Amino acid sequence: MSQVEELPVPEVTSDRATPAGSRDAMRAAPIGSPTGDRAFRGVMTLFGLTILAVPAMMVAQLVRTSQLSLAKFGLSFLTSSTWDPVHQQFGAWPFIYGTVLSSLLALVIAVPVSIGLAIFLSDLAPSRLRKPLGFLVELLAAIPSVVYGFWGIFVLVPALRESVEPLIIKYLGSIPFFEGPPLGFGMLAAGVILAIMIVPTITSITREVLKAVPDTHREAAIGLGATPWDTIRYAVLPAARSGIVGAIILGLNRALGETMAVTMVIGNRPKAAASILAPGYSMASVIANEFAEADSDLYLSALAEMALLLLCVALVMNLMARWLVAMTKNRMGGTA
Amino acid sequence: MSATPAAHRLLEPGPGDRARHLRSRFFTVLCTLSAVVVLAPLFSIVLYVIKRGLAGVSIAFFTRLPAPVGETGGGMGNAVVGTLVLIAIACAIGLPIGVGAGVYLAEVGRGRLRTVIRFTADVLGGVPSITVGVFVYSLVVVAMHRFSALAGGIALALVMIPTVTRTTEELLRLVPPQLREAALGLGVPAWRSSIFIVLRTALPGIATGVMLAVARIAGETAPLIFTAFNNRYWSFAVDKPMASLPVQILTYATSPYKDWQDQAWTGALVLIVVVFFLNLTARIAASRAMGGSRR
Repeated sequence: MSQVEELPVPEVTSDRATPAGSRDAMRAAPIGSPTGDRAFRGVMTLFGLTILAVPAMMVAQLVRTSQLSLAKFGLSFLTSSTWDPVHQQFGAWPFIYGTVLSSLLALVIAVPVSIGLAIFLSDLAPSRLRKPLGFLVELLAAIPSVVYGFWGIFVLVPALRESVEPLIIKYLGSIPFFEGPPLGFGMLAAGVILAIMIVPTITSITREVLKAVPDTHREAAIGLGATPWDTIRYAVLPAARSGIVGAIILGLNRALGETMAVTMVIGNRPKAAASILAPGYSMASVIANEFAEADSDLYLSALAEMALLLLCVALVMNLMARWLVAMTKNRMGGTA
Repeated sequence: MSATPAAHRLLEPGPGDRARHLRSRFFTVLCTLSAVVVLAPLFSIVLYVIKRGLAGVSIAFFTRLPAPVGETGGGMGNAVVGTLVLIAIACAIGLPIGVGAGVYLAEVGRGRLRTVIRFTADVLGGVPSITVGVFVYSLVVVAMHRFSALAGGIALALVMIPTVTRTTEELLRLVPPQLREAALGLGVPAWRSSIFIVLRTALPGIATGVMLAVARIAGETAPLIFTAFNNRYWSFAVDKPMASLPVQILTYATSPYKDWQDQAWTGALVLIVVVFFLNLTARIAASRAMGGSRR
């Protein structure tokens, strides 16, 4: 009891309500303590509303900053391939293309591996291994993107140039998608590094979704004589499908917005080439490289429009993915 | 749960038991292999960074300014301090908002508004950090007419807020309701029990979440390159450009000079050690805190 009496009055209330010297008043207040409660709720709600305000401000501010470019280029900004700061011509197509292609490459590599790993972690691995393995995957997510890029320049790019790309060219070089000299720096390098970076995202969310599938599903399958793989294939994966799609979208979202690592290995050439061996450029990379040096308002505004585009894509993909994941988990309804 | 149609398929005459077991073995091996495939780059990165960076670790690295091209020696002292200052600013701004919003979600909020705010927090977590950089540039740097540590700190705060909010909410929800009921039963006002009973109980867990958020922003480069920018000298002024470890690593890593690249590797090693240490500590603290209540 005495402990309760001695609780200090926090500053939280100073903001609103409760006039000076209210300490005694509050102590005497009835259990509901309407003033204190109202102030507390008010302040916390304010913090909550801040979260709502930030993305709204971002969109508004970026729209404002990209006004010039929006007015001058309109929709042709998305389709034009000319990026010429000297002549004040700005088209985002090569960058959109680079972002999308490198991210799709990343998905092609990362999705099978991530789902395999998530299944391993949730259903197949010996239980002693699961925790440490999960932690190692988290560490992969913790490596700063600039370190990924640095490693990319010195380890991944040479490896691609000397061993992987010559092989690709030798066997698949006649397909336009794989032609060109082995440069190392380029779309493929960006795709591989992005793949490594999004594996933890896809894996951890897929694992959560798989965990949410009730064990009764698994037990039922095993009871019917299913092998471990049959159990996963017929009893677990179907129930988790939309959640896994959500996980993949979140991974894609991370790849689309990733900046530093991509900038360091993609080659930074504003041309939409068909081959994945050719150097390219991404939206995030061009912002990173040129924003601080943009010397005209229109230039700056074109880069801001690129940021706006990235933001909109991120918002839409997140909404979609979160909804899918939440839906899947809810359907499992806490039985897990 | 409704019977899954898939279950019937299992009973149909299939390719035979042997084949099924073989296939199961095959896919188990594939899944195990994917674990190996994922861990390979992790080890490659860590080992390579150690190999290239370890030689440069010295007291001078943490205390000296970067040396001009051609001169050996020098360090990243200003960048190390800069990163600490930027993190401090980010925490000063991001923690109250992040924790406050988390308290709102767990304790105060109701109905649709709460759902919308929780969703928004998640969505905010998925906004590319480069976009955050451009946003803060157009808001703060333009208004101040120069790059500044403050702008960098704000950008990092925006990156950390969603993580802090969601961890706070989740941990507050883990606090047993009996604690609050006991407090209320003793006549403690609801808001006080929220702060002094519920929040306080969850505090160690929230600290863990904060550590993870700090680990994340410690390595962020993209939001800093046009907010805090870079600085070749010692600077503690919040309204001036400030060096940071990630930006310094980027500058040196992409330079053509061997000396600078070596420094960058050492910087990368320091950064990785710090980030891993924060992750490991957070993880251990979390499993210890959960140890009693779960399993």
